[in-house]
Amino acid sequence: MSDQVKQPAIRTRGVIRDFKAGQQTIRVLHGIDLDVCPGELTYLVGESGSGKTTMISIMCGILWPTEGEVEVFGTDIYSLTDTELVNFRLQNIGFIFQQYNLIPSIDAASNAAVPLIAQGMGRKEARARAVKMLEKLNIADQADKLPNQLSGGQQQRVAIARALVHEPRLVVCDEPTAALDAKSGRRVMDLLREVGVAEDRSVIIVTHDNRIFDLADRILVLEDGRITHDGTEMPEDH
Amino acid sequence: MIWIAIRMLTGDKQKFYGLLFGIAFSTLLITQQLTIFVNLIERGASGVYNVPTADVWVMDEVSRTTDVNLPMPSTALDRVRGVPGVEWAVPHLRANASVRTNEGDLEGVSVIGVDDATLIGLPKVMLEGDPNVLSQPSSVIIDDVGTTRFFPEGESPIGARLELNDQRAVIRGIADAIPSFTSQVTLYTKYSQALNYVPGTRNRLSFVLVGASDTVSADELTDRIEAQTGLRARTRDEFAQDGVDFIIENTGIPLNFGITVLLGFIVGVAIVGLTFSLFIRDNIKQFGALKAIGVTNAKIRRMVAAQAGLVGIIGYGFGIIGTVIFIWGFSADPTFKGFYIPWQIPIISLAAVFIILALTGWIALRNVLKTEPAAVFR
Repeated sequence: MSDQVKQPAIRTRGVIRDFKAGQQTIRVLHGIDLDVCPGELTYLVGESGSGKTTMISIMCGILWPTEGEVEVFGTDIYSLTDTELVNFRLQNIGFIFQQYNLIPSIDAASNAAVPLIAQGMGRKEARARAVKMLEKLNIADQADKLPNQLSGGQQQRVAIARALVHEPRLVVCDEPTAALDAKSGRRVMDLLREVGVAEDRSVIIVTHDNRIFDLADRILVLEDGRITHDGTEMPEDH
Repeated sequence: MIWIAIRMLTGDKQKFYGLLFGIAFSTLLITQQLTIFVNLIERGASGVYNVPTADVWVMDEVSRTTDVNLPMPSTALDRVRGVPGVEWAVPHLRANASVRTNEGDLEGVSVIGVDDATLIGLPKVMLEGDPNVLSQPSSVIIDDVGTTRFFPEGESPIGARLELNDQRAVIRGIADAIPSFTSQVTLYTKYSQALNYVPGTRNRLSFVLVGASDTVSADELTDRIEAQTGLRARTRDEFAQDGVDFIIENTGIPLNFGITVLLGFIVGVAIVGLTFSLFIRDNIKQFGALKAIGVTNAKIRRMVAAQAGLVGIIGYGFGIIGTVIFIWGFSADPTFKGFYIPWQIPIISLAAVFIILALTGWIALRNVLKTEPAAVFR
């Protein structure tokens, strides 16, 4: 199948998002049209307040757009019922949060196993699969440790394992390297590319970390709720 | 997910123990106070329960309880005996008197005069001595409350002389009796002897104790006695309930205990509510992340319910054990003699715990459910 007919991982049309602030309505996104292809590592870049968090939240089905359509692997996600949407996310999307949001009282392997347990898999089996994923991320020796016994980079890898353990087709990352030094940040990005990107999978990363811009397949720049750049490199004026 | 919920809760030890303390303390306060309340008001019926052989109590129509009675003329006994269905009827005297203690203090006592011939009116069980000791001159039987009140620990009261309303009384036995509501010392003696001890008016007969024949029920017999004699007749159970009702109606005890039970409930709601809210607030990012990942609100509800359930079961267990230890620990004290935990009380406490957890869990859950998954990206 050629790239031209390949179904986009994400397709948005005319996405508008307004927020109410007292009497005022603030438009954060101004009709975003976007196609994200599978097999790509896509960056969503922009200053604070540019709308990138809102955009990524809408793309992964956790924030309703005011107007517009969002399709993820061909599914119009906002036409689903609440329960269907939650299940869609559980089956198809992996999340990596800036602050990791690991559960502090369960060990690394159990944290990584959360999506599988949420899918209904038995704890033992889910944990075994999570350990395998931790092995891929070279952190299996820390599987029994609690998050507070791990370094920031190790916690980030556990978070990556949690995002990938159920083999989602879309992985969404929010500032995955913000809390890491340059070396660790690049290693995390290498891991994400290695484990997360595949022909039928896509990874979208929200970042403003210019140390890793060169690792992207595609960079989208968002300014004041509009996409102002779409290319393989950052524009020179940024 | 339930396992994760439980680990989230138990992993935060401070809050987990705080929640357990809140529930255990509430349960203890509610169960212990209700237990004391029920046992205390049941003491209002102790005078009746101490005479297990009497099927019917007959009294003046204005008498209300064993302690609040108006004596009848002695002819009442014969009138009662003349009622068909009365197997036996014996006189029973209950009055107050004063005892001068060895230290020279005056102590109020209850004097109970039991039938001279049959000794009906005595408690069923004797701890020391035999009921027949009452046939000896000036004999009294003291209840076990009296032995601890009048005599130092380890000193036998048998043979001790008392100055009872300026007359000599010799203790010759100890009865195992349920203490009265006021835990006043009780002295049992023969009816004829009691008439000497208790200075009286023209009428001295407090009650007539009646045994029903096999052919008639106690209820039916009370109707017959009332119809034929014009006196008030109550079955054993009715008269016991009268004693309980009298305390409920004429004392502030129900209100005071009710306030304490309510405080126990409020303290539970306050401690558990605050701690639960703090726990949820501290974990709101994790709950938000779970929602974003794809955990449904129904599963989140079950997780919070499991957390509340675990705290409830353990905290409730500790509270009940605490109450049992309390009752057991004080069982040697005459004030708490015979105290037990009626089965209804743990159920009431369980219901209170359920309400506390449902209320506080619902408040805490609202914050979780209100949390947008998108909040985890902010």
